[in-house]
Amino acid sequence: MDVRRVSLIAIPYAWLLLLFLVPFGIVLKISLSDYDLSIPPYAPKLDLSGGWAAVREFLGALDFDNYVFLTQDDLYWKAYLSSVRIALVSTFLTLLVGYPIAHAMAQAAPEWRPTLLMLVILPFWTSFLIRVYAWIGILSGEGYLNQVLGVVGIPPLQILNTNIAVYIGIVYTYLPFMVLPIYATLEKLDTDLIEAAQDLGCTKREAFWRVTLPLSRPGIIAGCFLVFIPAVGEFVIPSLLGGSETLMIGKVLWEEFFNNRDWPVASAVAVVLLLILVIPIVLFQRNEQRAREAGQ
Amino acid sequence: MRNMSWFNVSALTLGFAFLYLPMVILIIYSFNESRLVTVWAGFSTKWYGELLGNEQFLDAAWVTVRVAIFSSTIATVLGTMAAYVLVRGGRFFGRNLFSGMIYAPLVMPEVITGLSLLLLFIAISLDRGILTIVLAHTTFSMCYVSVVVSSRLVSFDRSVEEAALDLGATPFDAFRSVTLPLIMPAVVSGWLLAFTLSLDDLVIASFTAGPAATTLPIQIYSSVRLGVSPEINALSTILIAIVTLGVITASLITKRSLARQAEDARRALAEE
Repeated sequence: MDVRRVSLIAIPYAWLLLLFLVPFGIVLKISLSDYDLSIPPYAPKLDLSGGWAAVREFLGALDFDNYVFLTQDDLYWKAYLSSVRIALVSTFLTLLVGYPIAHAMAQAAPEWRPTLLMLVILPFWTSFLIRVYAWIGILSGEGYLNQVLGVVGIPPLQILNTNIAVYIGIVYTYLPFMVLPIYATLEKLDTDLIEAAQDLGCTKREAFWRVTLPLSRPGIIAGCFLVFIPAVGEFVIPSLLGGSETLMIGKVLWEEFFNNRDWPVASAVAVVLLLILVIPIVLFQRNEQRAREAGQ
Repeated sequence: MRNMSWFNVSALTLGFAFLYLPMVILIIYSFNESRLVTVWAGFSTKWYGELLGNEQFLDAAWVTVRVAIFSSTIATVLGTMAAYVLVRGGRFFGRNLFSGMIYAPLVMPEVITGLSLLLLFIAISLDRGILTIVLAHTTFSMCYVSVVVSSRLVSFDRSVEEAALDLGATPFDAFRSVTLPLIMPAVVSGWLLAFTLSLDDLVIASFTAGPAATTLPIQIYSSVRLGVSPEINALSTILIAIVTLGVITASLITKRSLARQAEDARRALAEE
């Protein structure tokens, strides 16, 4: 163990501990304190400078008022449920849109693939906010979509400020996250297997359903996690494209914090959201770690 | 060229139309004369002029660029170190926690990251401003850098590093003169990724920025909430143009350096 190796590990480790893990501890601590009309707007219950006595006192007086409050007010559990539902529907829609694109890219001539890949990645580099904003002009009442529909003679549709606009926004902005992992697995796929299936009497379609699709499962799983997990806590899309019917927990947390300035409740909302996401996050990490070790 | 079925061709055409049409419309209408953004009233560049006169936007843009440069540079150093530790570091105490902390921020909802960092900054009474945004952005973007760099570290032949070590190089020298040049393309794309993530971020910056420092996304968000505006269309067009140029340049540079590496390898073999 030389000094260089230790510091190589210790520096990024310490950074992540201090700026990633410790902050969660603070969120947890504040979620257990009471709302207070002061600055900062909560009454701390745990004072670490008091030593063990303070910790014991804190544990003795521990209450979960903010969490109880979350179960009493309809708003919160409805927002959690509806966020998960919206994220599930959008993940499925993104898969439906993304799979054919990834599949077609993997089938394209090798000299075309880098260009196609760049065309998928390019929007991802463009500002997320701008890509969401672009849809406001398209979907609004007098927007471009309704102008086109008007020419064809279809009455205007009210899409902006509904859940449909939120689905469109999520599919649009997260599409590269779905296409890239699926493309990566399809590109590595041994085409001999498909040819073998066809030689053994499978039609093209059967070969797809029985060989290609099952073998691209790791990519599908990675893509779905990459869309689903951030979509549950999404704030920008429901805030700009959604309407009064759109209830998403990311927006509730934002409003609790910035508008109501109730930090303890906002923290409790964050803790519960994290608990909901822990299972998919751990599964995602396992999936990534396995993929990395398979590559090694 | 393998023959593409009509299904594949239409999947690509529709897919790319879906990805690009909204941005194309945005760009076209940024040159619209009328303030009514959905009605075309002739070509004009006046919104670009108005944008250049808008002090608030210019100030915010300057803050954003500085934050992005600092945070992406620190994130690249830390992320490359983290990637090296993950791929080559062997076993050490708390390795699983470390790898967890690298992957978790990639999928962590931004509202949680933002809230938790803000509460940390308040707990240690650090005044919110450029510094706090830089710290926040570095933390999540170093994870992206380390994922990009570690995928490159995994894929290249380890024997060249071992050869350097066998020939008497110290591990540090081997890293500097063998490993680092080989992973350089990934380090550069990691930096670019961190830079754009920082330029782009609204949610985490909103939590961690104080009244003293407003970033461009915060400025855009507060004016977009009121609806579509021609100035924002012009601003978006400029940002899209910068990103497109940047990505194309970066990919040309990577292509050339890969070609040069292949050429060097060929020549080295020819000399043997």
